[in-house]
Amino acid sequence: MDFQGFVITLISIITLFSITMFIALYSTFAERKVAAFMQDRRGPNRAGPGGIFQPLADGLKFFMKEEVIPVASNKFLFVLGPSIAIMSSLMTGVIIPWGGQLIVFGNTVSLQIVDLDIGILYVFAVLSVGVYGIMIGGWASNNKFSLMGAIRASSQIISYELSMGFSIVALLLVTGTMSLHEIVERQHGMNWNIFYQPLGFLIFLICAFAETNRTPFDLPECETELVGGYHTEYSSMKLGFYLFSEYINMFISSAVMVTLYFGGYNFPFMDQLLHATGSQNLVTIVGTILLFAKVFFFIFFFMWVRWTIPRFRYDQLMNLGWKGLIPLSIVWLMLTAAGVLFFKS
Amino acid sequence: MLTSAFYLIAFITIFFAIMVVASRNPIHSVLYLVLTFFSISAMYIFMLDATFVGMVNVIVYAGAIMVLFLYVLMMMNLNTDAEPKKSNLFKITAVISGGMLLLLIVAALHDNNLVNANKSTLANEKIGSIKVLGNVLYTQYQLPFEIASVLFLIAMIGSVVLGKKNTASQTIGNEVLK
Amino acid sequence: MQSFSSKKKVIEQKKMTLLERLYLPAIFQGLGITLKHFFKKKTTINYPEQKRSVAAAFRGLHVLKRDEKGAERCTACGLCAVACPAEAITMEAGERRAGEEHLYREEKYAIKYEINMLRCIFCGFCEDACPKDAIYLETTFAPANYDRNDFIYGKDRLVEGFKRDEIVPPVVRTLEEANL
Repeated sequence: MDFQGFVITLISIITLFSITMFIALYSTFAERKVAAFMQDRRGPNRAGPGGIFQPLADGLKFFMKEEVIPVASNKFLFVLGPSIAIMSSLMTGVIIPWGGQLIVFGNTVSLQIVDLDIGILYVFAVLSVGVYGIMIGGWASNNKFSLMGAIRASSQIISYELSMGFSIVALLLVTGTMSLHEIVERQHGMNWNIFYQPLGFLIFLICAFAETNRTPFDLPECETELVGGYHTEYSSMKLGFYLFSEYINMFISSAVMVTLYFGGYNFPFMDQLLHATGSQNLVTIVGTILLFAKVFFFIFFFMWVRWTIPRFRYDQLMNLGWKGLIPLSIVWLMLTAAGVLFFKS
Repeated sequence: MLTSAFYLIAFITIFFAIMVVASRNPIHSVLYLVLTFFSISAMYIFMLDATFVGMVNVIVYAGAIMVLFLYVLMMMNLNTDAEPKKSNLFKITAVISGGMLLLLIVAALHDNNLVNANKSTLANEKIGSIKVLGNVLYTQYQLPFEIASVLFLIAMIGSVVLGKKNTASQTIGNEVLK
Repeated sequence: MQSFSSKKKVIEQKKMTLLERLYLPAIFQGLGITLKHFFKKKTTINYPEQKRSVAAAFRGLHVLKRDEKGAERCTACGLCAVACPAEAITMEAGERRAGEEHLYREEKYAIKYEINMLRCIFCGFCEDACPKDAIYLETTFAPANYDRNDFIYGKDRLVEGFKRDEIVPPVVRTLEEANL
């Protein structure tokens, strides 16, 4: 790699990292605000105007708290757990196309850091590694509640990964490529995949809720049964890492959903805009802004559902996963295959 | 450069593989096995340019099968104290059978000229890319591929049958007891 | 089993229809309800900045009143302390000296007057008992504090428009008398 390319990649990785962290930080704030608003309250409003500095205060608190490592725990794995959790959730962002081409001082810069031809598989691989953070942390705590949380997390994520995989395979039949960049390019304008894959999207959405351990599938950390679930024994910034990784996962899975089904940075009338202004940069920037708007809507949707629907019971979760979603996604896969065969020949 | 990278990755892989066998705690063993799978995937991706195989290896082995292993081990709550004692005879048989397997592998690989094959095919073609792989899998190797899928189906049905409570045979057993 | 009361009601659980078993309509209904609340007016009152208005008959913190000329009304008769069901009020009586007529209305006055706000139940019996219309319960709250001793309110916090130099002479004087 030449030096210039290296510098551009480094800058974009650092930018992406800071944006991800910033959004995760403010997602915690948004979550509290949304929860409050849906319960006719005001939410945190003391730190700064409208409580805008509340996440900074929360982060500071996490750093200042005493760090407790249980005596009977496995020290190395206890520290490793949250590290894996946050690392795996931060890794997915690099292959998401955050925008089109940007021309800066004559250089063409792509707003996607890495374009793999197997982009979706990379997302899946990182996702499947992420569960180790929860499992290792829960086991290393040497606490029965943590272990229960870890076991629940692993079986839940394994179960829902299957139907998520099937729904993505159905999508791949339509797009014909695994590269996220090409998938987005195919949805140019208003030609979004959601119109071809409505049921596939629904299955993917439900599985995304299960994979990110969000309500109504937050059994690994449900307070009423397991104290804190897999992070019962964690304190200080290690707990912060677990909570943060959940919010980053939420952000990334929203971004993946938008990329796969809602056209990514595409928006209607983008050709007309390019034609009218003649500026590729403007179209790219508008696209990126709209991409983030869509992502924020999905983050809001995650929160909206959390404060609406109660938690599933464990057998209900497994029933829904194995008896509901997997057969449904297989049927949908068959239908899609038949449709592709019928329309393309 | 490529050779030294190969030796580095190979060394890491073998080190983790040995640690799988050597560590006393079964959970540690499983975690080392996960790392072994990761380094094998690294081998696929960096040495052979087979990104698809590497990623699928991570998803299936590290992401799914090892999670299930870990799940079962956590459920059983095994630890070093509960490890059953093995007799010397057991150890000797294990060494002999392991050695025979090694012999078999060495014998199988002995005659193949793998080093030259690498240079001729891999340098030009993207053999690991998903398009090439799909083409080969659905034309040249279609029959083995389909047979493998049938095998998986049989295994799945078998596990469902085993897992299901067999009410019919139970009632027969009860009648015999009467 | 036969029911002995006539109140027994057999509730039939109907089998859910396909639409109900999908749960999606119910989920969307729920999402609609929460979204409606999202835009509703918030009922929270930002306490220190905004205060909830209290009823006219509200009984809050006590205040020791003065008369039209600014002299303290209280004569330390002790009726309020007797009336107090929580025994929160103590006082110490003193005699007015010459030249203090502008401070105290009657010849006898309270050198020390203390209400323990942790004991007080804000019943307002002291208000009713007072023959001189000296003590009133107003609409302010007792603020929180870190120290239990700070909840014992002396004259400095009870007397209306209290100035610090007013209390100093009597206290010094009683101390001097005690020494004599």
